[in-house]
Amino acid sequence: MFTRIVTSALFAGAAAGLIAALLQLYFVQPVLLHAELYETGALVHFGGDAVSAHQDVGGIDPLRDGLSILFTMLVYTGYALILIAAMAFAENRGHVVTARNGIIWGIAGFVIVHFAPGFTLAPEVPGVAAADVYERQIWWFATVATAALAVWLIAFGRNWLAWGAAVILLLAPHVIGAPEPDQFSGPVPTELGALFAARAFGIGAVAWVLTGLFAGHFWRREADREA
Amino acid sequence: MTTQTAAFAVSKKSVLLPILACAVFGMAIVFVTGHVQADLLHDAAHDVRHATGFPCH
Repeated sequence: MFTRIVTSALFAGAAAGLIAALLQLYFVQPVLLHAELYETGALVHFGGDAVSAHQDVGGIDPLRDGLSILFTMLVYTGYALILIAAMAFAENRGHVVTARNGIIWGIAGFVIVHFAPGFTLAPEVPGVAAADVYERQIWWFATVATAALAVWLIAFGRNWLAWGAAVILLLAPHVIGAPEPDQFSGPVPTELGALFAARAFGIGAVAWVLTGLFAGHFWRREADREA
Repeated sequence: MTTQTAAFAVSKKSVLLPILACAVFGMAIVFVTGHVQADLLHDAAHDVRHATGFPCH
């Protein structure tokens, strides 16, 4: 069981992570680099002169982008391990996981680790004001944990008590509120911040659908191999 | 009957333990790559942390 989970998670996480990294480098990284020109003060928003919206943000940086690819693959391998462990747990209780319904598992994963925390702590472009990082991390983990429990209750709960509890768990972190900065002091144009958040969500959704699809596929393949 | 119950209990346990181990292993990877604030890790994973929606700095 251990080998089967780890093997399928390595394949699924590496494949989904690699695609996610390439998509991020193409769609998200230029926005991030553009924002860093404002973060470092190379460009000034609402300064004396109007600033062109079209900037040369440089090309590929082998070390920096290579590390990004490596770390994205690691993050999605970590996610795949958790996802496939959850799939194995569900199968142990009579649910059958396939590549096709793995997509639904992937969408659930996106909602849990991207959309739920990002709904209040939006994906931040560099150079925006934010509260203390440790406080935000605590809120992030608490929100992901409650969202995970809520999604499980929605999927496998059988009555309104379970579904009602799920709604409360989904809403609670946002009603309580996330750590917010005291002042808005970010020097980055709002257009870049909005584009960054939208693209981070978009790539996150694609990456998670692929993680779920590959997880279901490799999980089934390893099962056939064992059978 | 007793033997069957015992065998069932063992198989349940032998399934749950690796599941739990893998989940914890996965969380550890996400925590180290995405959240640990040590300078070296933070700098190496900086762009990924932003793009993946983790609180970064």
